Amino acid sequence: MTLRLYVPRDAGAVAVGADEVALALEQAAAKRSIAIEIIRTGSRGLYWLEPMVEFATPAGRVAFGPVTVADAPALLEAMTADGAHPLRLGLADEIPWLKRQTRLTFARCGVIDPRSLDDYRAHGGYKGLKRALSLGPDTILAEVTASGLRGRGGAGFPTGIKWKTVAQAMADRKYIVCNADEGDSGTFADRMIMEGDPFLVIEGMTIAAIAVGASKGYIYIRSEYPHAVEAMNAAISAARRAGYLGRRTGDATRSFDLEVRVGAGAYVCGEETSLLESLEGRRGIVRAKPPLPAHHGLFGKPTVINNVLSFAAVPFVLTEGAKAYADFGMGRSRGTMPIQLAGNIRRGGLFETAFGVTLGELVDEIGGGTLSGRPVRAVQVGGPLGAYFPRALFDTPFDYEAFAARDGLIGHGGIVVFDDSVDMAKQARFAMEFCAIESCGKCTPCRIGSTRGVETIDKIVRGERVAENRAVVEDLCNTMKLGSLCALGGFTPYPVMSALKHFSEDFGPAPTRLQAAE
Amino acid sequence: MTPPYESRYEPWDPARGSEIIAEHAKREGATLVILHALQEAFGHIPEPAIPMVASALNLSRAEVYGVFTFYHDFRAKPAGRHVLKLCRAEACQAAGGDALAARAEQKLGIALGNTTADERLTLEPIYCLGLCATAPSAMLDGRLIGRLNEARIDAIVAETQR
Repeated sequence: MTLRLYVPRDAGAVAVGADEVALALEQAAAKRSIAIEIIRTGSRGLYWLEPMVEFATPAGRVAFGPVTVADAPALLEAMTADGAHPLRLGLADEIPWLKRQTRLTFARCGVIDPRSLDDYRAHGGYKGLKRALSLGPDTILAEVTASGLRGRGGAGFPTGIKWKTVAQAMADRKYIVCNADEGDSGTFADRMIMEGDPFLVIEGMTIAAIAVGASKGYIYIRSEYPHAVEAMNAAISAARRAGYLGRRTGDATRSFDLEVRVGAGAYVCGEETSLLESLEGRRGIVRAKPPLPAHHGLFGKPTVINNVLSFAAVPFVLTEGAKAYADFGMGRSRGTMPIQLAGNIRRGGLFETAFGVTLGELVDEIGGGTLSGRPVRAVQVGGPLGAYFPRALFDTPFDYEAFAARDGLIGHGGIVVFDDSVDMAKQARFAMEFCAIESCGKCTPCRIGSTRGVETIDKIVRGERVAENRAVVEDLCNTMKLGSLCALGGFTPYPVMSALKHFSEDFGPAPTRLQAAE
Repeated sequence: MTPPYESRYEPWDPARGSEIIAEHAKREGATLVILHALQEAFGHIPEPAIPMVASALNLSRAEVYGVFTFYHDFRAKPAGRHVLKLCRAEACQAAGGDALAARAEQKLGIALGNTTADERLTLEPIYCLGLCATAPSAMLDGRLIGRLNEARIDAIVAETQR
């Protein structure tokens, strides 16, 4: 009997040796004349266990991890005998870290073969599109609005309202643009879903196209994600061959096609208007709003531009109905959020759960604290433009409004954990430096404010007129926050101000805390 | 100076450049697509290619030059034989990336953003590879590396110096 194995092809798993493990398993099987079939899946998102290898048993898929090349022969023995092995984790679906999640968007990620359209359909894929086609545009818009889905890229704008604006706009051409320029450090959910379940993104974009009457879509993927580019291109070709894209979209009267475009290393292109400029072949210079992209977007045409995770949430909403999605969550944050635990963390990975879980639960219980074993001192939530929170704020629930109320943001759902060796003045300086490197240069507060910010923090660290220079940093932050065109200049003050406020002791000459820790 | 090894890239050739430009010129907003394709072939964006792209897309040279210089990916001259990109973003900083970057710089005798004198290796910062749960991370000639540590850095440096 052929043994069926599953090894991730996800970039995060490959980076820690998944390809080598797959090869070693093949070689070990050939040597022992054991018939095996290896299916390369996405990652389940339990990265501390990657490379995680699974094999099919009548009871379900049994997981092992983290597997090294040297483990391959013994692992095969354990699989053929269905016996014990130190790396055996039991049934994958029963691993507590996974079982505790509410996987609506990531239900298939790590389970199916991302190159197989049949596998996608066998696991409920394209049911949302089927229902969307039977409902028609108005009802799709009503469903997406009723689901309470908000833009998962960070801004949290209601997706249904955005789509409705585009649907109502009159134009000869409309576009659907997927923002896959996931540049925030600590986030990797877009990458994972594109590599692990690419047809889901295609299905979500196709539903958007039907809802608003668009004929062409682009997926703008950052160049740092070559595996995602490859996966999306392969999936688009397969969807086209099967008639899901191209001339007809399961309906002879409509046509929708997709194309991947690759960025070129500019962080600011994650900002939607900058991304549109880049797609048009120009420098990624931010546009002033209004006009909104919904009215005047790509090539001046009405455009739906959403994050990968927003599109990826839509097929569930259409398959199971708006209420099934909206039943999860708290307040005005409905549904689930794929949260990414990263940095100095014991159990890092993707944790999809309903809004409302607290920061402390995420970091301490689910993440298991730091990998270094030292106390957690700070966490940055929401990427390079997100605030640093101290332990004192660990009771904050994961919710757009709750984070805003504490001068933070959930952004794209990334949480980066730092232990007590972190120097928060250095982190604040980095936030300013990063803004200076990545600023598109259009508006003065961002372009010049960030450089002045770096210089002023340097002065504080050197002990030059500390009180006065702290006031200068605060003033700069206010100017950037109020005077910048986009979130790069406008949100850089979040990490800087939060570091100043919550970790004030680090801002001065030669932090005594660090010396004491040495 | 001729590098002491064979380049993986084609030498600049205007006819080949024209061919690449023509292949993509009809696409919507083609500038980045063309620049990527040129760099893929030649390892950098040769200066004579800029007016050719401008002419094919009915843009000014300044517009194309502006695009070329705006994006970090596009190179004015080819990189070294190997390219090592170290992630310098927050998640990797939290996991000890600063010390590893300093070690790589010290071992190679160059700062981030530079190429060794023998043109064997270009060392660059990168801001996030999306491997933040297995930080610190790096990319060596397109190959991803997670859970980077001192031993891995030393091994990479040794490998690229061979």
